[in-house]
Amino acid sequence: MKHPANDIMGVNLRRRTRYTGVFLILLTAFCVIVVLNINIGSVPIPISKIAGILFTGEGDARQVAIIWKIRLPRIAMAAILGGALSLSGFLLQTFFLNPLAGPFVLGISSGAKMVVALTMIFFLGRFGMVSSWALILAALMGSLVSVGFILLLSRRLKHMAILLVGGIMIGYICSAVTDFIIAFADDADIVNLHGWSLGSFSGTSWEGVAVAGAVVGITSALVFFLSKPIGAYQLGEAYAQSMGVNIRAFRIALIVLSSLLSACVTAFAGPISFVGIAVPHLVKHSLNTSKPLIAIPATVLGGAVFCMACDLIARTAFAPTELSISTVTSVFGAPVVIAMMMKRHRER
Amino acid sequence: MADFYFQTKDLSVGYDGKPLIRDISIGIEKGEIVTLIGPNGSGKSTILKSIARQLKTIAGTVLIEKNDLKSLSYRETAQKMAVVLTERIKAELMTCWDVAATGRYPYTGRLGILTREDKAKVAAALEAVHALDLAQRDFAKASDGQRQRVLLARAICQEPDIIVLDEPTSFLDIRHKLELLSILRSMAKENRITVIMSLHEIDLAKKISDKIMCVKGETIGQYGTPEEVFREANIRSLYEIKQGFFDPVFGSIELSKPEGEAKVLVISACGTGIPVYRQLQKENVPFCAGILYTNDIDYRVARLLAAEVIEEKPFCAISDAAFEREAYWIQRAERIIDAGVEIGNGNQRMRDLLILAEQSGKLQRGWCR
Repeated sequence: MKHPANDIMGVNLRRRTRYTGVFLILLTAFCVIVVLNINIGSVPIPISKIAGILFTGEGDARQVAIIWKIRLPRIAMAAILGGALSLSGFLLQTFFLNPLAGPFVLGISSGAKMVVALTMIFFLGRFGMVSSWALILAALMGSLVSVGFILLLSRRLKHMAILLVGGIMIGYICSAVTDFIIAFADDADIVNLHGWSLGSFSGTSWEGVAVAGAVVGITSALVFFLSKPIGAYQLGEAYAQSMGVNIRAFRIALIVLSSLLSACVTAFAGPISFVGIAVPHLVKHSLNTSKPLIAIPATVLGGAVFCMACDLIARTAFAPTELSISTVTSVFGAPVVIAMMMKRHRER
Repeated sequence: MADFYFQTKDLSVGYDGKPLIRDISIGIEKGEIVTLIGPNGSGKSTILKSIARQLKTIAGTVLIEKNDLKSLSYRETAQKMAVVLTERIKAELMTCWDVAATGRYPYTGRLGILTREDKAKVAAALEAVHALDLAQRDFAKASDGQRQRVLLARAICQEPDIIVLDEPTSFLDIRHKLELLSILRSMAKENRITVIMSLHEIDLAKKISDKIMCVKGETIGQYGTPEEVFREANIRSLYEIKQGFFDPVFGSIELSKPEGEAKVLVISACGTGIPVYRQLQKENVPFCAGILYTNDIDYRVARLLAAEVIEEKPFCAISDAAFEREAYWIQRAERIIDAGVEIGNGNQRMRDLLILAEQSGKLQRGWCR
C-alpha cells in the first residue's frame, strides 16, 4: 500500500538527489572556470602545463609568475567577493522578504562606495597609502548608513516597490556625492578612484585576498550558523518570534552581516551590480528550495562561479581593453531580474 | 481569582505605549476554548498579539501556570505557545511540508536539522489537519483553506499547551470552517490544549467556545460562558446593530426585516411559516405573523423577521387580546397566507379566525407565489 509517509521519504530522496546534482554542477563549473581563467589571457598558458605549475611550482618562470602573482589572486578574489555579494543579496532578500532586494539595488553598495572614496582621498592625500582594513571599515560604515536610511524608510512605508525606489534614490544620492568628491580630488587620486569606482578585480594582491578571505570566510560561517533562524524568518517576523527567535538581535545580526559582506566587496572591487539579486534567485530555483541550510552554501558557490566567469569575460572579451566587472554582471544579471519581475507579476 | 492555568491580571494592551484596552483580567482552564468576539478594529488582534508576546504589554501580567510570561525565554515560550496569524506569509519555494516543519523549531538543534522523530511529528500534524496529501505542494500555490490547515499543522508541530489563533476561519469556505473548528475542538478536548482565538462568526463562536470575551471600547465588555454572554441585547450593543438579527438560542443570523407596515398576514405553526417568512423577506414585503405560541419554532424566526408577531403563551388558550389583534390584521392585510396550522384544544379559536380569513376573500392556502 502506498502510504503518504513513505511518499514523503521518497520525495526527500528526490530532493536530496536534486541538491547533490546542483552542487556537483556548481563545483564542476567552478573548476572549469578556474582552469579557463588561468588558461586565457594576453599570455595564454596551455592547460597541459597548468597542473604542473600549480602543484609542483615548476615550469616556465614567466608563466609561473603570471599564474601566481596575477591570475590566481585575481581568481581567488573574484571567487571570494562573488560569493560574498550573492550571500549578501540572499540575506537582504530574507530580511526584506523581497526577492528583488540586493546590496546594489538598495543603495548599500553606493553608500559604501561614497565613504570608501572619502577615505581613499583622505588617506592617500595624507599618507600616500591606505590599508585594506581601513577600506573595509569605511565601506562598512557607508553600508550601514545606507541600510539605516532604508530601514527608516521601510518602517514608514510598508510597500516594497517604494522601498526599492527609495534604495535606488539613495544610490543616486551617494553616487552624486562620490562624483562631487572625485571632482575635487587630486589627479593622482582620481586615476586610482576611477578604476575602482567602476568595479574591477584587476591588480589584486595576495594580501588583499587574505584579508577578504578572512572577513568573508568568517562572516559566511556566521551566516551559515544562522540558517535556523533565517529559515524561521522566511515565514515572516511574527511567526519567527513565535518560534522563539529573538527578533531584535536577529535583525541586527542579519543587517550587520549582510552589510559586512557587501562592504568587503565594495572595499576591494568597487560596486558590482546585479550579482546579489540574480545569483540567489537562480540558485534557489535550481535547487527548488529556499531552505537556508542548503541555499546558503549553494549561493556562495554560485556567486563565486558567476563572478569568476564574468571577470573572465571582462578581461578577455575585448582584450587588451578590460571591461569593468559591473558591465559584464549587468549584461547577464539584469535580464534575470527582469525575468523574475515578469514571473512574479504573472503569478499574482 | 482562583488559580487558573492561564491568567491575565489587569492587562493593558495597545501600541506605542498607548493603551487601547485596559484592565483585562481573565482566567482560563487547561483545555478550554476561549473566543474573542467584537466588531472590526475593536482590538481582538491586539489582545491576541499581546498574549502571544508579539506586542509589548503596557501594564499588567500574563501568567501561564503562575509563571509570568515575560520571565520565560523565547524558546520556552515557543514550547508552550503556538500561533496562527492573519498575516499572509510569503513562503518562497517552500512546500507545505516545509512550512509545517518550521513548527519543530523550538526543539531542533543549532542548525535546525529534523530528526526522524521530528519528521514523524510533522507527518502526524499534517495528518491531523487532513493535509498530508498536500505535503509536497508549493505553499504559495495552495488555496486559502489549505494554507490555513497547513499553518494549523505548523502550530500543532510546535506541541504547544496553548494555541493562539487570530481569525483562523477568515478566507475559509463553510466546509473548511467547520473542519477547522472541529480539529480545534478535538485538540482542546482530547489533547487538553488551551485554545484562545478570535472569530467573526458569532454563531460558530457560540457553538465551539467554553468562554467568550466581548471586545469593544476601552475595557473588555463581558467575559463568561456563551450562555451568559450571548443574550440578544449584548450582541446587539457589542456590534451596534439596530435591528434584531441574532437568535441566541440557535445562534442563527438573519438579515434585517423588511421596513414598513405589514402587508401580509402569515398564519402558521410548527415550522410551516419559516419558508414563507424567508420568501417574503427576500421579496422585501413586510408581514405580520400569528398567532404563534412563544415556544413555536416559527416564533423564533418570526420575531426577527416579522414586522409584528401576534403571540400567545405556550399551552394556553388563545386570549381575547391576541384574537382581536389577529382579527384586526385579517381585515387590514392585503393578503393572508395560511401555511398550515394544526388545531387542537388549546388553539381552537384559530378555527374561527381561519373562517374570518376565508370570508375576507384574501386567503391563500399553503405557500405558492
